[in-house]
Amino acid sequence: MPPFLFWVFASLMLIFGAAVIINRNPVASALSLVVCFLGLAALFISLGAFFIGIIQVLVYAGAVMVLFLFIIMLLDLRVEKPRRINWIAFGGGLIVALCFFIQLLTVIGRFKPASQSFPPLAASTADDVHSIGALLFSNYNLPFQIIGVLVLVATVGVVVLSKRELR
Amino acid sequence: MVTLGDYLFVSGMLFTIGFAGVMLRRNIIIIFMALEMMLNAANLSLVAFSRFHLAPNGGPNYNAQVFLFFIITVAAAEVAVGLAIIVALYRLRQTTHVEDINSLKF
Repeated sequence: MPPFLFWVFASLMLIFGAAVIINRNPVASALSLVVCFLGLAALFISLGAFFIGIIQVLVYAGAVMVLFLFIIMLLDLRVEKPRRINWIAFGGGLIVALCFFIQLLTVIGRFKPASQSFPPLAASTADDVHSIGALLFSNYNLPFQIIGVLVLVATVGVVVLSKRELR
Repeated sequence: MVTLGDYLFVSGMLFTIGFAGVMLRRNIIIIFMALEMMLNAANLSLVAFSRFHLAPNGGPNYNAQVFLFFIITVAAAEVAVGLAIIVALYRLRQTTHVEDINSLKF
């Protein structure tokens, strides 16, 4: 992928990511998050992870964000009324986030391989679904079964939480 | 050329935006979306490392991508449960503003 496209998708992702937390309207936030996730999927594909990119679009930009939009619709959330902002808490949160970012930049700056570009691939990545599937059902078979149980537990938990009367 | 550091920088930037969203916003749904952004930022650096550190046969390291598959599955389950909790909370209190939910505040 040419560097130009990398920066286009990265800035698209970051701008819409910032729009998620700036927007006052929850629906606009959710739609910005969809665009943010699409940009992220493009970055995954630029790294040769085609399967993960497709999963990102299907699961995140598709299923998860539709779930978010449904909940926003069910709760009938409108644009937030401006409230009195607690400026001490706001400034504190901003300072903590900035400190975290500076710390992260320092770590990346000291990390030697960070200045290297990616080595060329010897094998083709066109069959990465095949490779991931083979790994998933051989080395990672037990975690795969456990994930299945986790999804079942989540399903049952959601049904219990959504019952009209909790006893 | 795009380096590994560029991907790590973008991933850290996305994580910081999500972190700032969790710290600054007071709407519980927006906080939840910011949490998702932080999870995805971690995913991006994981894929970048999987591409950077090649497997012995010269392809990308697929162990990281299997790990990412698990992360996405767990995140989807987490979203389902979290949104169900938010709906139950809204039914009880008629609010999504975290400052209105302060029963446990010291």
